Amino acid sequence: MLALFYIFIGVAIGVSFWQITRVLNLREVIATDKDNSNQGKYAIFFMVFFYAMMIYCLIFMNVLMLPESASFEGEHDDNLFDISFWLIGIVQFIMQFLIFYFTFKYRGSKDKKAKYFADSHFLELIWTITPALVLVVLISYGLWQWNNIMDLSDEKDAVVIEVYSQQFRWDARYAGEDNTLGLGNVNYIKGINTMGVDMTDKNSLDDKQVTELYLPKGKKIHFKFRSQDVLHSAYMPHFRAQMNCVPGMVTEFGFTPKYTTEEMRLKEEVIEKTNGINKIRRAKGEEEMYEFNYLLLCNKICGASHYNMQMKITVVEQDEYDRWIAKQPTLASVIK
Amino acid sequence: MSDHHHKETFVTKYIFSQDHKMISKQFLVTGMFMGIIGVFMSMLFRMQIAWPEQSFSLFEAFLGSHQTDGVMDPDMYLALVTIHGTIMVFFVLTAGLSGTFSNLLIPLQIGARDMASGFLNMVSYWLFFLSSVVMVISLFVEAGPASAGWTIYPPLSALPQAIPGSGAGMTLWLVSMAIFIASSLIGSLNYIVTIFNLRTKGMKMTRLPLTMWAFFITAIIGVVSFPVLLSAALLLIFDRSFGTSFFLSDIFISGEVLHYQGGSPVLFEHLFWFLGHPEVYIVLLPALGITSEIISTHSRKPIFGYRAMIGSIMAIAFLSTIVWGHHMFISGMNPFLGSVFTFTTVLIAIPSAVKAFNYITTLWKGNLQLNPAMLFSIGLVSTFVTGGLTGLVLGDSALDINIHDTYFVVAHFHLVMGVSAIFGMYAGIYHWFPKMYGRLMNKAMGYWHFWITIICAYGVFFPMHFIGLAGLPRRYYSNTAFPMFDDVSDTNVVITYFALIGGIGQIIFLANFFISIYRGEKSSQNPWNSNTLEWTTPVEHIHGNWPGKIPEVHRWAYDYSKKVDPEDDNSDYLHGKDWVSQTVPLLPGEEPS
Repeated sequence: MLALFYIFIGVAIGVSFWQITRVLNLREVIATDKDNSNQGKYAIFFMVFFYAMMIYCLIFMNVLMLPESASFEGEHDDNLFDISFWLIGIVQFIMQFLIFYFTFKYRGSKDKKAKYFADSHFLELIWTITPALVLVVLISYGLWQWNNIMDLSDEKDAVVIEVYSQQFRWDARYAGEDNTLGLGNVNYIKGINTMGVDMTDKNSLDDKQVTELYLPKGKKIHFKFRSQDVLHSAYMPHFRAQMNCVPGMVTEFGFTPKYTTEEMRLKEEVIEKTNGINKIRRAKGEEEMYEFNYLLLCNKICGASHYNMQMKITVVEQDEYDRWIAKQPTLASVIK
Repeated sequence: MSDHHHKETFVTKYIFSQDHKMISKQFLVTGMFMGIIGVFMSMLFRMQIAWPEQSFSLFEAFLGSHQTDGVMDPDMYLALVTIHGTIMVFFVLTAGLSGTFSNLLIPLQIGARDMASGFLNMVSYWLFFLSSVVMVISLFVEAGPASAGWTIYPPLSALPQAIPGSGAGMTLWLVSMAIFIASSLIGSLNYIVTIFNLRTKGMKMTRLPLTMWAFFITAIIGVVSFPVLLSAALLLIFDRSFGTSFFLSDIFISGEVLHYQGGSPVLFEHLFWFLGHPEVYIVLLPALGITSEIISTHSRKPIFGYRAMIGSIMAIAFLSTIVWGHHMFISGMNPFLGSVFTFTTVLIAIPSAVKAFNYITTLWKGNLQLNPAMLFSIGLVSTFVTGGLTGLVLGDSALDINIHDTYFVVAHFHLVMGVSAIFGMYAGIYHWFPKMYGRLMNKAMGYWHFWITIICAYGVFFPMHFIGLAGLPRRYYSNTAFPMFDDVSDTNVVITYFALIGGIGQIIFLANFFISIYRGEKSSQNPWNSNTLEWTTPVEHIHGNWPGKIPEVHRWAYDYSKKVDPEDDNSDYLHGKDWVSQTVPLLPGEEPS
């Protein structure tokens, strides 16, 4: 009913507007010299607004951005991002200036004549070759870094962890003493064996299933991802890491944590961001204050609770990690 | 054709019309209707994003059983973003933009009486109409419309157990898209055949206006890529209804193991994006073509680098068919493929840069007539540059890892293809309105419309980049579950205000459009002093476009401000005025361009 009411109001406004047009002068249709001059000025006003917004965003929204990479592999991502961002920032500022300044500068009038200028191979060559050269640099660095991240072959003593997704939770399985994960398939899902681990595979026996990730600092982590229902995406923004979890196949990603959670909390940009968030939380009257933690979140639309699918990641020193992993029960002891 | 004078009834003239001009108006009005739905939906979900889980009587009014006391359900949020994307990309920017202007302009600008097949053209529109009807009906099914995202990745889109929208809503979505693709293919084939065969005497391919080149190439990539989406949709229908396993494997849901074995969702992603990426250019190229024409006409200058523009359209079109994998860097496909797709993707920046620079050079030393159409074209160049530049970041696979599926992507593609294409569409409407309705649109309302729209467009999408860089994933119903994103909430509120103002501001355009149809100033034959052939037809529409013979073409479309002395910018115009219609023969000794 309410919808009908809204639609009725809309129609009423439309009808009264239509009546008003009877007396309006709609004859003004083609830009005159005065319009050109006004609109040219507005183009400059708009440019000022746009530049102010860009500069405001670049300076004051900086604090929103993710802190520096918490993985060694991500350092080059941050570098490449900085290079790219500076580059496109400069080009953006120049191009937008040209667009709106020309709109103002060459606004038309009756006594002006446009220049007949149809072609210049020299100019076109310049703006074909310049971007091409810049792109060679970006592509080379980018591809080098891509291969760097995606190559998981050389790490023999990496910590192997399976991250397992389902609507709407994450679980994880550590490979245990043998550092080899037992096989898994949805057909083995039964009762307490929620990840569908094949318990007849002897590699499975020492695996350890957990609901929260602990990672040792400075050691390569080799993630293997599985999903039991729909696509999910394991997104670990602080580590510059993301990979889709695809039902029916195993996907992989790897990185080496650089800072423990404690170290990260002491970083200046993290403190600043945390304080900012807590100021907002206090203003909203939230009881619980925010404390920095690494997170794994779902980044592929997966259903109603997609927006609340997360797992905490804690990075600790090696000895603390060893103590923690020793406390976790093996699958053999849990699944009888 | 013109000497065939059959009696026109109301039905053959306004409904089952085979006249390309009427069909183009039908496409435009249907597209605008769908656009209103699409934009309205975006306003609703923007309100949910800014004020999560708050109660609004607006939701109560429009969301039916998909809200509880005025609070939007999470499933409905996903449905809204899904249908918003689908409607805007396909129904507004593919059919509404390309359908309208290809139909209106192709016969008029190449000098033809009508499309090669008027009947197929009519079929194309009515299939589009049918698919729109099916899509609108899908909004009213009980479990809700399709809600797996506009990319409808299985298994989410295949399993009603996974999300309620994947039941009847998804079925209707797929049926609607299948009909839509048929419509689009028939239309595209017609455009290609018409441009190849029905050009008037003297209209060589190298004399075609750039709009024609853009529509022509767009139609070709449509024909190449849309059938692949159709195959993906059909296979998905098989998986959903007939128990096949093309895209599904090893699934345990709602406590049971499903029978699907051996399929792969990654296969679907390949098929989808093989259309999905060219689709971006199917949307964008017509807008760029329209802009080329309008910037040149209203600058009173030839378009700079005509041949380079054609070359870059072709290069963009070719590259667009081999870059689809950049949507899938982290899908689990072989990393080597990621390298290849990064390479081809970043290459697109070169022809795009050429186009942007050529537009700016066309403005340089022009005599800019700042009509609303011209302002929208300039706005397009601006948003195309802003949005295009961030493509360099996203196209780089190493950087994409961390911003994939965040709001950074949302900001990027809305600016570069959404806002740009919409601006191209508005520019085209303001410019060719006299050709459609014989009247002109009011300029004051046009100016208000432009400035409100561009300010709001940037107000929405520029800050959104930074929310993405904060790591906030898209398609989150609310980010209240993540205290780490609490500090973006203020920005989200600001963005929503801009979105609401921008959305409501479009009413100015709608009012201007419909009032001008009936009360607008009557147009002269060539209100913008343009060179192209469509302005040599009479203002009143006649079947067959030209009374008597079709004019012959003697020159390219861009002889604006041609001077007696090419070296001296202030010398007299060679033809006594600053424009020369394509139908005017070369003077003795005049250099063809």
